[in-house]
Amino acid sequence: MAEKIDKKKDLKITPGEAVGVMAAHSLGEPGTQMTMRTFHLPGVVEIVPTGLPRMIEIVDAKKIPKKPIVTIYLDKKHSKDEKKVKEVARSIEEVLLNEVASFVENFSKKQIFIRLKKDALDQMKLDMSEVKKRIQEEISKDVDMKHQRDKVLISGKKMPLRMLRKLTNKLKALHVSGVKGISKAVVTQDKDGEWLIMAGGWNLEDVLARAEVDPKRCYTNNIMHVYDLFGVEAARNAIVKELESVMSTQKADVDIRHIRLLADAMTADGEIVSVGRHGLSGRKPSVLARAAFEETVKHIINAAIHGEEDKLAGVTENILIGQPVPLGSGLVKLTMKAPKK
Amino acid sequence: MAKKNVIETKEVTVYLNGKLVGKHADGEEFVKNMLAKRRAGEINHEINLEFHRKVHEVYVNTDSGRSRRPVIVVENGKSRFTNEVKEKLKANELEWADLVRTGVVEYLDPGEEDTLSYVAMTEKDITPEHTHLEIDNAGILSAVTSQLPLQEYNSSPRITMACSMTKQAIGIYAANYNMRFDTRAYVMYYPQMPLVYTRHQRTLHADRRLRGANLVVAIASYRGFNMEDGVVISKAAVDRGVLRAVALRTYETEERRYPGGQRDKFEIPAPTVNGYREEAAYKYLDEDGLIVPGVAVKGREVLVGKTSPPRFLEEVSAFGIAEEKKRESSITLKSEEEGVVDSVMLTQSPSGNKLVKVRIREIKKPENGDKVASRHGQKGVIGLLVPQENMPFTESGITPDLIINAHAIPSRMTVGHMLEMVGGKAACLTGERMDGTAFEPNKEEDIKETLKNHGFQSTGHEVLYDGVTGRRIEAEIFTGVIYYQKLNHLVSNKLHARSRGPVQLLTHQPTEGRVREGGLRFGEMERDCLIGYGASMLLKERLMDESDRTVELVCQECGSVAYHDFMKNKNVCPVCDSVNFAEIEMSYAFKLLLEEIKALGVFPRLISSDKTEY
Repeated sequence: MAEKIDKKKDLKITPGEAVGVMAAHSLGEPGTQMTMRTFHLPGVVEIVPTGLPRMIEIVDAKKIPKKPIVTIYLDKKHSKDEKKVKEVARSIEEVLLNEVASFVENFSKKQIFIRLKKDALDQMKLDMSEVKKRIQEEISKDVDMKHQRDKVLISGKKMPLRMLRKLTNKLKALHVSGVKGISKAVVTQDKDGEWLIMAGGWNLEDVLARAEVDPKRCYTNNIMHVYDLFGVEAARNAIVKELESVMSTQKADVDIRHIRLLADAMTADGEIVSVGRHGLSGRKPSVLARAAFEETVKHIINAAIHGEEDKLAGVTENILIGQPVPLGSGLVKLTMKAPKK
Repeated sequence: MAKKNVIETKEVTVYLNGKLVGKHADGEEFVKNMLAKRRAGEINHEINLEFHRKVHEVYVNTDSGRSRRPVIVVENGKSRFTNEVKEKLKANELEWADLVRTGVVEYLDPGEEDTLSYVAMTEKDITPEHTHLEIDNAGILSAVTSQLPLQEYNSSPRITMACSMTKQAIGIYAANYNMRFDTRAYVMYYPQMPLVYTRHQRTLHADRRLRGANLVVAIASYRGFNMEDGVVISKAAVDRGVLRAVALRTYETEERRYPGGQRDKFEIPAPTVNGYREEAAYKYLDEDGLIVPGVAVKGREVLVGKTSPPRFLEEVSAFGIAEEKKRESSITLKSEEEGVVDSVMLTQSPSGNKLVKVRIREIKKPENGDKVASRHGQKGVIGLLVPQENMPFTESGITPDLIINAHAIPSRMTVGHMLEMVGGKAACLTGERMDGTAFEPNKEEDIKETLKNHGFQSTGHEVLYDGVTGRRIEAEIFTGVIYYQKLNHLVSNKLHARSRGPVQLLTHQPTEGRVREGGLRFGEMERDCLIGYGASMLLKERLMDESDRTVELVCQECGSVAYHDFMKNKNVCPVCDSVNFAEIEMSYAFKLLLEEIKALGVFPRLISSDKTEY
């Protein structure tokens, strides 16, 4: 029993251990390997960017990842039923008017002629009158709209030509059905035989509104969206999860604690902060440390304007002026003065 | 010209060196006539044509800067290089210029090659459509590349490396090296002709500018001293002078004239001269201030004694005459160098001044750390010199000169290296050098046959005995003779270490580089490692105590850096009238940063607390 306790003690980080530098080293070293090895793997279809590009994406706290993906599970009642899952997948996929209709512009008559494709609409189980209604809602009142069966004729007599083209583009991108921003929904099976939907996009908010969807098991790799929807704690976990998956697909054996530390550092302020000039490094409390990193003059001038005082509590600033860094053996100080003889 | 005509109209526009000069009614006819005239010697052979059939354009190019190459002319499926011509060439009745003049051979430029030619690789390949015949298969190779033997057996990256390394090989770079005063040069003692040669070497006279030695090489391990591209070399071979070179270096100086009629002077400086060294420093100099040939000199010793007029005109002295206080400006041997004064030359510079050139020679024996390479991109660094008695030996008592590691071969796929080894071995036995020109028919079987006939294994393997223990080495060892080059990366020119030394003026940090006796940089990443380990005292030692530590006075009232006024013997703050100062230890770079911040118009204050003991 005593032995067990001791072991646990051993695992504790000692005071003054440079955990940040260790994490940076541990994540940075495989990073250099990744640049050389897998910018792109030949013959492998990349669903999501992996390796260094993805890692940079996460660390830079990009608003939208290059390939956003949303994973949707249905609740236990439906998830075993492939048909049902496929049906949901089809229904959440965003359909634009462009996909179910053909457009012809007549600039001399200032008309837009739209022909709805009946078979396409039927396939998606859409009602034609419903679509027409959507079109009606979209166009402004001074534009005239006539319709007959699958034909829609829009004429804007007073419109300049540019506005006509603008309207066409607007109509082409008209949301007809499905969830906004969700595309290319694919149904696959996981290890336990449960069916799930993988789709491009990230609009979890609307996806979760669906009755069949299991809200506890849905996920998107858009960390910023996770933050907007669920808050920092969730975002922190998303960062850990994403980084971990990058590292493990690269077969880089990085301790999860390093990743967690990075994620903690990025989310400690209650919002997601990138690593770099505009984020972590740019928010260091020490003027000297910031000036030593990038934009030296800017930081010094601003410090002068605000009358900042550098407490010399960090590593960089102490190296700069030539003092022992407050880390490891430099953390220990004598607090008692030896009496003078 | 037998190609099908794809234009409807035959009319073409004709350009001369890119400028439109006119039209011709029949393009094919025009080109045909021009070529015939060129081959007949009626127009200059340097004129090339370009025929772009699709756009009906003919370019006539006569300008400079086109890279042209010679090929044999083929007409109606027959090579113009007939047996008759061949015989005449052999009998020395014809020479190259005649072949060009008579249109047997012509030079193609890229334009003509692209649009008007169809070159056959060998005489057998010729069909009626062919217009030219390649002179030599190896014609695609450059001057450097064509000197690499058996290269078609090697992987291309290794050939690239071999090319760049032959250019670094030490040999005899010029036949008159003894009369030249090159700033830096290496000359090899007794360089050998390669046993496996290429025909191009003779064409390029590379067999008169040799750069290596044929070494008996074994592919084996030698007690770990040849791992990771190390090589083990026989001490006996080195003592016999293999790969030995001499380094020549020339120092030069001039008696320069200055405005105002003053000039430098070669002499043994008088003790009154500014910057006079000690008397012993000038002991090798003759009366004329020049060093005597044959003297052994070491780093920083004076080669030429020289005095110069003072840099600034001095004030008129009390006697009314400007007193001439001369300055020492002798030429010394570079630090870290040594050698023997080879020759001293006194001559005149273009501007008519006295000019001295002193050439120093130093023998560079192969030593630990020197770089050697074969002609197959197989480079290595000497890791150990082994006395002959400790080298492995064959039954007949042959010991290899060099042992390279077996791991150098498989992943690099330098089969040419292996072939040259056995080829060289066969050449030793027959006394006939082997032709290793690229793309020549395979000679492997011949080599095997030769080795077999002389009582060796056809595989090139040999039974070796360990020189140390005398035991037979269990594995048979691949042994052969191959040409090795010594490359001009010699450790003696690179070895460098420092404990204390000069610092830079601006930052007070140690200087950089061997020539400045500099330190080895403890860089950013090394710094990160110490931080990561938590060795903060060591970090401070590296970055402060052993670098640019200074102690500055800091005013305790206003926080600015103060100084000690030695005239008044008191500390002075440049900003306030404080009497309260503290001695603060800091890096000089930080002090510099404070100055720079001040230059920005920002006033940095140093607020100090109580002294902390570490």
